[in-house]
Amino acid sequence: MPLQAIAFYVLAAVTVFAAVAVVFARNPVHSVLFLITTFFSAAGLFVLMGAEFLAMMLVVVYVGAVAVLFLFVVMMLDVDFASLRQGFARYLPLGALVAAVLTVEMVIVAADVAHLGAAASSTGPATPSAVMTNVEAIGAVLYTDYVYVFQAAGLVLLVAMIGAIVLTLKHRPGVKRQSVAAQMARTPKAGVRMVTINSGEGVDA
Amino acid sequence: MTIGLDHYLAVAAILFTIGVFGIFVNRRNVIVILMSIELILLAVNINLVAFSTFLHDVVGQIFALFVLTVAAAEAAVGLAILVTFFRWRGDIAVDDASMMKG
Repeated sequence: MPLQAIAFYVLAAVTVFAAVAVVFARNPVHSVLFLITTFFSAAGLFVLMGAEFLAMMLVVVYVGAVAVLFLFVVMMLDVDFASLRQGFARYLPLGALVAAVLTVEMVIVAADVAHLGAAASSTGPATPSAVMTNVEAIGAVLYTDYVYVFQAAGLVLLVAMIGAIVLTLKHRPGVKRQSVAAQMARTPKAGVRMVTINSGEGVDA
Repeated sequence: MTIGLDHYLAVAAILFTIGVFGIFVNRRNVIVILMSIELILLAVNINLVAFSTFLHDVVGQIFALFVLTVAAAEAAVGLAILVTFFRWRGDIAVDDASMMKG
């Protein structure tokens, strides 16, 4: 199936080049945009592997939420990004060396695993089944065997949300705020003062 | 010219090392470090999905989903810490961030 191979090589090349651009881009806004490209083409790879649900999740969660969050933060912070690139050239040779060694090692291991490991006898990627779609298969496992882990994932998101709010919430002094509790607790006795005014005299405050 | 498991694992390995490389060379810029971590987690996800689909076992995709959840939470909290750090210090250079050293 050459069409699938062409799709794989195009998507893989775009993924890798966009990932390199994330690291090397001078402008962090460009970095974020390249990150979006990376995730988008990785979603294409997921579709190629038959994991449509995760591909859509990748687009929704990463492109829709995480990348936009990054964009907001990059644009909100008034940072001199040029000064942050100091040391880039200094660490480049060592980093490139480590990355090259790591890549070669991992590709060798990957080839070994694919040809000798448990997946060696695999007949290829899972083909679309007539019985169950990918989403149905995930749902059938996720809400039964992994329902507690699913709940725990929800808890992780809740804690992350509360943590992010607590970290960034700022109480400015001197800003007038409405205190509903104080308003509701006010009684006529506390709010109104009855005075008797004698003729010719004023009310002293 | 069929695309096998090793092809996907190679892409994931390259993405992973790009992420590690990004942390190496951008030691001062937290935003790029966080994006590199996202790249590393994406490589992990590609590995999980590749094994899941080639072994015909959907559980790998479930775990990829949880990795996705944790990555999103991590990005949110990391960026919140970054914003707080920026308010405190006025810049985001992290190589000399030692306020918590006691």
